[in-house]
Amino acid sequence: MPRDKQANAEAYLRMYRQMVRIRAFEDNANQLYLNAKMPGLTHMYSGQEAVAVGICEALTDEDRITSTHRGHGHCLAKGAELKLMFCELLGKEEGYCRGKGGSMHIADQAHGNLGANAIVGGSAGIATGAALSAKRLGRNYVTVCFFGDGATAQGLWYEVMNMAALWKLPVIYACENNGYSEYTSTDEVVAGSLTARAEAFGIEAHQVDGQDVLAVNKCSTELAERCRRGEGPFFMELETYRYHGHHVGDINRDYYRSKEEEARWKADRDPIINFGRWLLSEGVATKKELVAIDSEIGDEAAAAVEYALAAPYPDAIEVDMHVFKGVEHALPYMSGARQ
Amino acid sequence: MTRDITLSQAVNEAIAEEMRRDETVILIGEDVAEAGTPFKVLSGLVEEFGTDRVIDTPIAEPGFMGIAVGAAMTGLRPIVDLMFGDFLYLVMDQLCNQAAKTHYMSGGKLNVPLVLRTNLGATRRSAAQHSQSLHALVAHIPGLKVAMPSSAYEAKGLLKAAIRDDNPVVIFEDKLMYQDKAPVPEEEYLLPLGEAAILREGPEVTLIGTSSMRQVCEKAAEILEADGIGAEVVDPRTLVPLDEGTILGSVRKTSRAIVVDEGHQNFGVTAEIAARISEKAFYYLDAPVIRMGAMDVPVPFSPALEDLTVPTPEGVAANARALVRGVPVHAP
Repeated sequence: MPRDKQANAEAYLRMYRQMVRIRAFEDNANQLYLNAKMPGLTHMYSGQEAVAVGICEALTDEDRITSTHRGHGHCLAKGAELKLMFCELLGKEEGYCRGKGGSMHIADQAHGNLGANAIVGGSAGIATGAALSAKRLGRNYVTVCFFGDGATAQGLWYEVMNMAALWKLPVIYACENNGYSEYTSTDEVVAGSLTARAEAFGIEAHQVDGQDVLAVNKCSTELAERCRRGEGPFFMELETYRYHGHHVGDINRDYYRSKEEEARWKADRDPIINFGRWLLSEGVATKKELVAIDSEIGDEAAAAVEYALAAPYPDAIEVDMHVFKGVEHALPYMSGARQ
Repeated sequence: MTRDITLSQAVNEAIAEEMRRDETVILIGEDVAEAGTPFKVLSGLVEEFGTDRVIDTPIAEPGFMGIAVGAAMTGLRPIVDLMFGDFLYLVMDQLCNQAAKTHYMSGGKLNVPLVLRTNLGATRRSAAQHSQSLHALVAHIPGLKVAMPSSAYEAKGLLKAAIRDDNPVVIFEDKLMYQDKAPVPEEEYLLPLGEAAILREGPEVTLIGTSSMRQVCEKAAEILEADGIGAEVVDPRTLVPLDEGTILGSVRKTSRAIVVDEGHQNFGVTAEIAARISEKAFYYLDAPVIRMGAMDVPVPFSPALEDLTVPTPEGVAANARALVRGVPVHAP
């Protein structure tokens, strides 16, 4: 194979593996919930894998992202490890946030992930601030702000988009339009078009098929490069679909979404199946190789779950640690104990 | 060596010194650059540091607060200027859900070194949405530090410490004190967060006053002195952390305490400090701990009404007299 084709092949297979890894993570997380082994709830990313993977493949560890309550996909695509993520989901000491954040707050600073956020639209300011730091400190990183269509109803986004456009900040607002704002169809809550909203601030907007990892990657690679040249900010609307309900407990959802619609997306527009077919048709991989990848990642995820289930919880002494940086235990500190 | 400067100049000096010392410090907010804020506290800073570091924003408090949180997480040390304390309600999600919790939620990986400068204080005839003292709201939230400078001296020293702190710190300046002068050292100094000051010693009653209520307590102590009653005045300086040791030490000595603060009295700072005294110094007390906060009504516009809502030196002195003489107190 010629060298550039070889390099492309490596990138294609990396994206395939990352999408399979996210799906495997979510399938296991869902199972942990159904088996009552996971505290609380979680929001599944299954179906949207091409968005996180296509975008994060265009980024380096130095580039930043902010994520959402449906954030496992972003976190894994940005480089997180299955084992430490499962530990966090189960509230274990070894988790990314020592069990203090859980599913909705995973942050992975080493890979530029500034954290998932449980307030819908809550991270738009943080992402824009990270872009302000890049510009002010003369650093060449790009920040991608992931959010859903539901977050476009929040005022904060418009305030920070205005400032990002005024100050020409290197930030990409990536809206994953999965068609549902929690339990309500997006058509019922969005007036006009989303791209027009960004364009109103003079921000270049792109609509991309969020089920096509190559299309997502091509657009985000171009926009990230242009951000680095000072041409940001940008807006991407990625049409996608979530396979599960709003969260793992949202099982009987016929009242807002039909089973037929879900079946149609899974059969026709699954990002992993369709990309696998493309890899076969282009001769990048054989059926046998793809099956081997699926099975290897399945084993990796199962081992990670076992590891996390057996891992210890944080010690009780940690409960008032990490409230303030530089303060070991917050409770005596707040009552005036000298450090 | 000291010289007398206004609280406004003290704030300006603190920011200028810290911006010279550390180029990651930036100022962000509405009309902070050429206008220097409506109170002119920041005048001259944009001329020295330029618009890259003194950043005027649109009128969008949640937006610039959120941007400051993200900037603080990625290498800058923003000083956010919130023009009126009343606008805290607009930034609560970014301040309390994001800034305050980031360090904890990330298990200590991320932190938010920012300062939110804002103000408090009634009797400026500005009515209910430009006169509130809302520090109790943020003091309630774990992860935020809260400072309450009571003169130019505290304003400078606490602000410099806050800017160097690696956590979100909210500083409330009394907007009626911007032109008040106090002696401030020529040389550099910092006041650590969490150290109260005893401003006047006295054996019979402890008057604990935050921000400008410290001045009210000092004036009350003078009135009491004329009556032959010795009052001790304590300024907590910061609510989070709260220097309980100094407060409790004073109350154990005097056996009587009045807590004076300009926030609303119900569920407020006065209640919190009174409760801690009652829990931790109960057996030293000769009388109930008295709370004197702002009256629990929205701040009225009419001067005839507004002046009734804020504790006065005469009111504090009257309550102190009743405590010392063992007479039931009707506060405020």
